[in-house]
Amino acid sequence: MATFVVRRLIASIFIFIAATYLMYVLTAFAGDPLEDLRTGNAPNKLELIEARTRLLNLDVPVFLRYFIWLGGIFGLTGKGFDLGVTVQNQPVTVLLAQAAGSTLQLVTLASLIAIILGVIVGITTALRQYSGYDYGVTFLSFLFFSLPIFWVAVLLKQYLAIGFNDFLRDPRIEWWVIVALAILAGLIWGSIIPGSLRRKAITFAIATLATGGVLTYIELSDWFKYPHIGLPGVAVTAIGIAFGVTAISTGLRRKQALRASLVVAGIGIVIYFPFMAWLSFYLDFWTFILLAVATVAISFGIGWFMGGDDRMPVARTAAIVGFLVGGIIALDRFMQVWDDYAASGRIKGRPIATIGSQTPGLEGSLWVHGIDFFTHLLLPTVALILISFASYTRYSRASLLEVMNQDYIRTARAKGLTERTVVVRHAFRNALIPIATIVAFDIGGIIGGAVITERVFGWTGMGALFQNGLDHVDPNPVMAFFLVTGGLAILFNLIADLVYAGLDPRIRVS
Amino acid sequence: MSSIPPPVEQPGHHEPGVTENENAIELKEVAGLSQGQIVRRRFFRHRGALVAMFALAFIILLAFTSVGPQFGNWKPGGWWQYTWNVAVDIENGGRPTLSLFPFSIGNHPFGQDEVGRDIFAVVMRGTQQSLMIMVITGLIATFIGTVVGAIAGYYRGWTDSVLMRFTDIIITIPVIVIGAVLGRRFGIQGAQVLAIILGLVLWTGLARLVRGEFLSLREREFVDAARVAGARDRRIIFRHILPNAIGVIIVNSTLLMASAILIETGLSFLGYGVQAPDTSLGKIISENQAAFATRPWLFWWPGVFIIAIALSINFIGDGLRDAFDPRQRRMPTDRALRRAKLGKIDPNLMDASPAKKRDDS
Repeated sequence: MATFVVRRLIASIFIFIAATYLMYVLTAFAGDPLEDLRTGNAPNKLELIEARTRLLNLDVPVFLRYFIWLGGIFGLTGKGFDLGVTVQNQPVTVLLAQAAGSTLQLVTLASLIAIILGVIVGITTALRQYSGYDYGVTFLSFLFFSLPIFWVAVLLKQYLAIGFNDFLRDPRIEWWVIVALAILAGLIWGSIIPGSLRRKAITFAIATLATGGVLTYIELSDWFKYPHIGLPGVAVTAIGIAFGVTAISTGLRRKQALRASLVVAGIGIVIYFPFMAWLSFYLDFWTFILLAVATVAISFGIGWFMGGDDRMPVARTAAIVGFLVGGIIALDRFMQVWDDYAASGRIKGRPIATIGSQTPGLEGSLWVHGIDFFTHLLLPTVALILISFASYTRYSRASLLEVMNQDYIRTARAKGLTERTVVVRHAFRNALIPIATIVAFDIGGIIGGAVITERVFGWTGMGALFQNGLDHVDPNPVMAFFLVTGGLAILFNLIADLVYAGLDPRIRVS
Repeated sequence: MSSIPPPVEQPGHHEPGVTENENAIELKEVAGLSQGQIVRRRFFRHRGALVAMFALAFIILLAFTSVGPQFGNWKPGGWWQYTWNVAVDIENGGRPTLSLFPFSIGNHPFGQDEVGRDIFAVVMRGTQQSLMIMVITGLIATFIGTVVGAIAGYYRGWTDSVLMRFTDIIITIPVIVIGAVLGRRFGIQGAQVLAIILGLVLWTGLARLVRGEFLSLREREFVDAARVAGARDRRIIFRHILPNAIGVIIVNSTLLMASAILIETGLSFLGYGVQAPDTSLGKIISENQAAFATRPWLFWWPGVFIIAIALSINFIGDGLRDAFDPRQRRMPTDRALRRAKLGKIDPNLMDASPAKKRDDS
């Protein structure tokens, strides 16, 4: 296994170096870096040309200039890690450090959500093949797959951001909207949940009433102004999560797992008030992360001690429950500062941002900054998700369908395993193998999409770095961009190989 | 802007988990038909693909007859009263005159831009350019991908290593990035050149798939038979193996075209694609995105055409995949299993034919 990884890594590094060489040469030949000076009519034209030539080593042939750049990366120019300077004589290393953060946040968040949503939706459509739900999702994913991202981005800006901000000024949901949404939710759930007509009718009724009830509550309690979940909401959700996660992960028949999940959910409910009223005021970003890790670890421990003979699945279930319940509580805490955020002088009641990656000059706690971060990420993330969600659903659906037709699934059914065990244990794991490859492969595509998305939303991220560099035929910023994106692509391919080996023991042998 | 086409399986693969009974029925349905006939039959049963095919044909006809094609100095003109690069007087504040109730087209069905160009004509010209780029790019990428994949998969050894490492190098660079860099240099030379450039960078995924297909097909008996009969490598590759891999190639080249049109519009949007005075669907959107609040029709129509084209091609690709490869067949549902348990129908006969799966919906 170790030799396999090392061999892959070395091969990847060589491929990456070759790719950077190709990219450097192509960028350098994309135009004339002195064009603006030559066509300009500055009195000291020749001196300016001379100065830029010296600054960017333009007198060295491109094929050799690459090695100056490569030397800079390995610190051979004596400045440590050095990516050169731009046409305007700014050090690229500094620019990259500023740009990389916002883009990586965007890409990571968008990919994570798209993968999780895409796989869940893909799996459910495969299990309900040729239902109305399946046809609906198939059509939607084809539609999303055909959408130009910049077009979606402009539409989102217009309708989601500006429209929603207008809506927030006087948040009223009309009664017929509530009825329509409730019936729609009922129909969707009714076609997802299997069973006889009677059971479908019950599902429909429950989903319709629940959605209608929640929407009515939102309407009556002025929820959009003061959004909250509250202790009752958190308690119901936490217990629901405990049951739901256990049902999928180990099955409700495993009493230990159910008990452990409920204990974790109970602890979450108990610490709700101390957290909201006291602990959350003393958190900064890193203690928040630490707290999240601790939550998962403690939940895992609870599962481990209550697990009985076969501890691992129980501990895993408890850890997932702990993570989700913690997330709900944190969400409620974020919502608590929403009102302050939306009404603050910098936001002026229009919270969904259309431009930039953060509100300049905003002051406040971790929670206020968190909300600011969310509202800025919302639109670009939705745009990126729409595009990549489509391919993930199609892939997971195809992959699960293929697995479900295998002989070993027949065997599993024939020996009387429950449907849950067949789907989760036997089919889902095998269906994940091809999905892992696609995800790794798709990262490059998402970053490419991010270049366009960033431009529409006016982020000064890596897309801007790339475009400015390319417009001036300046390889240094372009290469800095490629160093990160290409490096990510290589890294994710490597991770995919490892995941592969984790999922498929046959690969570990060779 | 994903660089990956939707999933594709290899055709001609024996279905695991299919009983003799199911196979017998499947065979009966296709008895006496050639491969082409079988594929055609299955394709025409895919309603979405059929509709998409007519939609695409309609768009192509509309785009090329209305304002007429233009290659260099040859411009035959079309039946539409305005041309795409000439401004006329602004009527009705530039708003679209198209109305459905009562149906009338009016002088400027899609409206006019701020200088008075007829947007219908502009969008038609953009559609022409985008379609042409799509076809040229698709053909070039399919050709290169097939040849590279075929040679790598057939010869294996160091040929394979060299070609596949080269593919890896290209694949490391996101398509939109390498497209932008090349478009910056060559985009000014016209849409055809841009199309060729895109074809030169989009072939990598197909090459990998074709290589995999060749690796497995070259071990089959019919290849041995051909070799024993004295066929040369070239004949084996192009006459014996390639026809068996045609399903993968056709399906993927359709999907390649769908992504080509999205990449072209994306590049034109960024300013590295088709350059003025010519136009393309992406360029129209890019030029007019600031005017969205005041003249939204400048923005809606090109977008609608991009989506219509890409959606049609994706549906056609899906239909072709179903036609070439019936592997994503129907699983028995819970209800069907329960009915089978009660002895109402023989479970072996259930959904035996993949081709029928869309008829019962």
